[in-house]
Amino acid sequence: MIDTLRFTAEEAVGLLERGEVSAAELHGVYREAIAERDPEIHAYLCTVEHGATAGAGVPIALKDVISTKGVETTAASKILSGYKPVFDSTVAARCREAGLPLLGKTNLDEFAMGSSTENSAFGPTHNPWDPGRVPGGSSGGSTAAVAAGLAPWALGSDTGGSIKQPAALCGVVGLRPTFGTVSRYGIVAFASSLDQVGPIAKTVRDCALLHRIIAGSDASDSTTVELPEPIEVPQADDLKGLRIGVPSEMNEAEGIEPGVSEAVSRTIELARELGAEVGECHLPRSVEFGLPCYYLIAPSEASSNLARYDGARYGLRAEAGGIRAMYERTRREGFGDEPKRRIMLGTYALSAGYYEAFYGQAQKVRTVIRDEHAAAFEQFDVLVSPTSPTVAFELGARTADPLAMYAADVLTIPSNMAGLPGLSIPCGLSDGLPVGFQLIGRQFSENLLFRAGHALERAIQFDFVPERLK
Amino acid sequence: MSWEPVIGLEIHVHLKTRTKMFCRCRVAYFEPPNTQTCPVCLAQPGALPVPNRQAIEWTVLLGLALGCEVPERAIFHRKNYFYPDNPKGYQISQYDEPLCVNGRFVVPGAEGDTVVGIERAHLEEDAAKTIHVGGAEGRIQGADRSLIDFNRAGTPLVEIVTAPDLRSAEDAKRFLQLLRQTVIELGISDAEMEKGSLRFDVNVSVRPSGEEFRTRTELKNMNSFAFAARGIERELERQIGVYESGGTVEQETLHFDPSRAEAPPLRSKEEAQDYRYFPEPDLVPLEPDREVVERFRGELPESPTARVRRLEGELGFGLAEGLVTSGRDELYSRIPGERVAVANVVMNELAATGVDPASVNADELAKVIERRGDIPRAAFTDALAASGSPGFSAARYLTEASIADVSELDPVIDRILDENESQAEAYRGGKEGLLGFFVGLVMKETGGKANPKIVSELLREKLRA
Repeated sequence: MIDTLRFTAEEAVGLLERGEVSAAELHGVYREAIAERDPEIHAYLCTVEHGATAGAGVPIALKDVISTKGVETTAASKILSGYKPVFDSTVAARCREAGLPLLGKTNLDEFAMGSSTENSAFGPTHNPWDPGRVPGGSSGGSTAAVAAGLAPWALGSDTGGSIKQPAALCGVVGLRPTFGTVSRYGIVAFASSLDQVGPIAKTVRDCALLHRIIAGSDASDSTTVELPEPIEVPQADDLKGLRIGVPSEMNEAEGIEPGVSEAVSRTIELARELGAEVGECHLPRSVEFGLPCYYLIAPSEASSNLARYDGARYGLRAEAGGIRAMYERTRREGFGDEPKRRIMLGTYALSAGYYEAFYGQAQKVRTVIRDEHAAAFEQFDVLVSPTSPTVAFELGARTADPLAMYAADVLTIPSNMAGLPGLSIPCGLSDGLPVGFQLIGRQFSENLLFRAGHALERAIQFDFVPERLK
Repeated sequence: MSWEPVIGLEIHVHLKTRTKMFCRCRVAYFEPPNTQTCPVCLAQPGALPVPNRQAIEWTVLLGLALGCEVPERAIFHRKNYFYPDNPKGYQISQYDEPLCVNGRFVVPGAEGDTVVGIERAHLEEDAAKTIHVGGAEGRIQGADRSLIDFNRAGTPLVEIVTAPDLRSAEDAKRFLQLLRQTVIELGISDAEMEKGSLRFDVNVSVRPSGEEFRTRTELKNMNSFAFAARGIERELERQIGVYESGGTVEQETLHFDPSRAEAPPLRSKEEAQDYRYFPEPDLVPLEPDREVVERFRGELPESPTARVRRLEGELGFGLAEGLVTSGRDELYSRIPGERVAVANVVMNELAATGVDPASVNADELAKVIERRGDIPRAAFTDALAASGSPGFSAARYLTEASIADVSELDPVIDRILDENESQAEAYRGGKEGLLGFFVGLVMKETGGKANPKIVSELLREKLRA
């Protein structure tokens, strides 16, 4: 009897290899779990039969920005409802080639814009630890699916923290890879210079296994590069010789809940016990300017990336007399409030006369953030902080206040702006809700993050099954 | 007051790469609509551009031929605007870091050179083709519906922008002709205006000589060099007229309808459109390989302008310029003989036949040209028309010359009649069938080169005597 709440992808690989279960049976087990629990969680926007993609491996859930040939891909937007891509994204193709059958497409904030999955045009996802709370976002569907045992692993996408933050809020492991190591081909674009697909799973080893499948250069995405070394599944359970930097601005920031601070401090203590050298460091400008800078660059790119949704070729078309009227009605009816807000912000920031002051300036600040991180990495191998200042908040608590919602990403954005990889692992509970521990590495240091994350994970002994589902 | 024309050009050249600029769809002009498309050029969600290396190299090559610098780094920008022919909602183009900058192109003239600054030559993707159905003149205004053909969407286009350095319609036309010749000779474009693979817009203003630039108007949609020159002349006159009657010239765009050359152009106000340019985040900066750039520079063919100057010595400016701008100077150079005569034939009579200059057998044609005074007009034109065919030989046409030459045939016939006195008598006695016998003898004597018809006529005349 497979308990999907506890079952890891690695265990599933073992069962499949020993022939104790077939891939179709395994897929069926998850379908049953989805049928039982997803009506409450709403992690999935659609599910598919095993035969739809077949594959002899461990089934997977994909965030609904990941194009899947013949399977509806909506980005949780009305403007793409009914849209079935004629091609697979590179990551979907790599999963298919690796034999991972598709379970379904998971919910998100519309066009990945948000931190709670409440911005989905098809209704919010609920946190498996407490259905009255959000799962985080924008990859909240993928993290909730893994946390609730509705998928052994999943892919999400991360622009400002959309893998790390919901992984933290759902008590699962999520990696935001180094920019340029995972292909964006076929990923519904939000902010091209920041978007990156990454793995979500219950364990660091599962994450590494999945990352090994999707990572690597792709001729269809000019911004990808060759990995300097193959991805390794971590084994070691000590941290001897690892130099851990604790950026004070990210660990003492205003708004970090005491329970979150305590769990993170305990984890840093554990790291020391495992042999790591821990020291303080500083990222003052990255933390101060990261968020405002992000909210200029990401909306600017989004305003351009979302221009293609005009009703002319696919997705929603609201008929009207004349082409301008058709564009306007289609976009007015098709986009939700958050995409509209960001399109307006971005259009403004790119306008003649404002470009230098906004977009141009933000790009310069981005260089400052990159340099500040590089300086910190001269002394340390890994930087750590809470992933999110808070645990999962209640549904509706921040929907009326976009700025409060944006603040959820204040700790994940700085390293994203620098193009660096980040891993979030669960490090304990605060008020019965998971707390995420963020590890940031140098470019291409995923293997090191996996090693450190794995060692900490073994020491922390976090129970990833939500209390209420036991 | 003397008014000085100020003219600048913006030229679009379609590169004849095998595939499109950012995807692997074929570049094809005459395929059924929407058959050369893919997720990238249809702007499906998540599709990403991958630049065509050939197009980048050819742009660099063209830039070098226009005397441009090729900076170490160039980037693509997004030019944002909504239009049905623009599926992404932005065009991938270049903005403040183009591939080629600061060039100079010399336009030769009868009274010296005009140096035209080339501000930039950049690479971009073309839009789709829209066809407006119903309404007037196929324009979007008043149309019932619009159809879009994405076969052209994403095909590579080089945009060349000149400084406002041209001072006459004639110079503008010559610049365009020489530029067209340059791209054809580089082998990077068909540059056929009918196909749309060469398009240009003209900015026109006038000013009192030496004073500040005044408001310019933009002429669009001109489909031939001659049409452009006429359009510029007309616009210069109009602007001078406006100033001289105390008015002001408004900044506007004049759209010509190529199918109705004589109709007045449609006008539209210049809209100050904000394209919200920003660096294309889906692409990395271009860093042209310096070795390749230097190799290209070293391998540049002699420029059309230099060839005009070289030929001018032997032909005078008019013929030299005509040969080069029409792309016929290569053939001219291959044909030996008296230079002006050869030039005239190549420029005029041969051009009229439509024979492809590249296929002409120059040495054989040279013989025909040398004897052009001796052979009948019809034989000469026949020879020109055949000069590009395989196996073309001058002999056939030159020997036809002897047919017409009675003075050459006369002594031959007289001698034969003398030598065959008895047969001549028999003919005169009524045996007219003997004519064939005499014709045969003349043909034999002339090696088969004489025209039987003329020989027969001459024989009849002499035997009657």
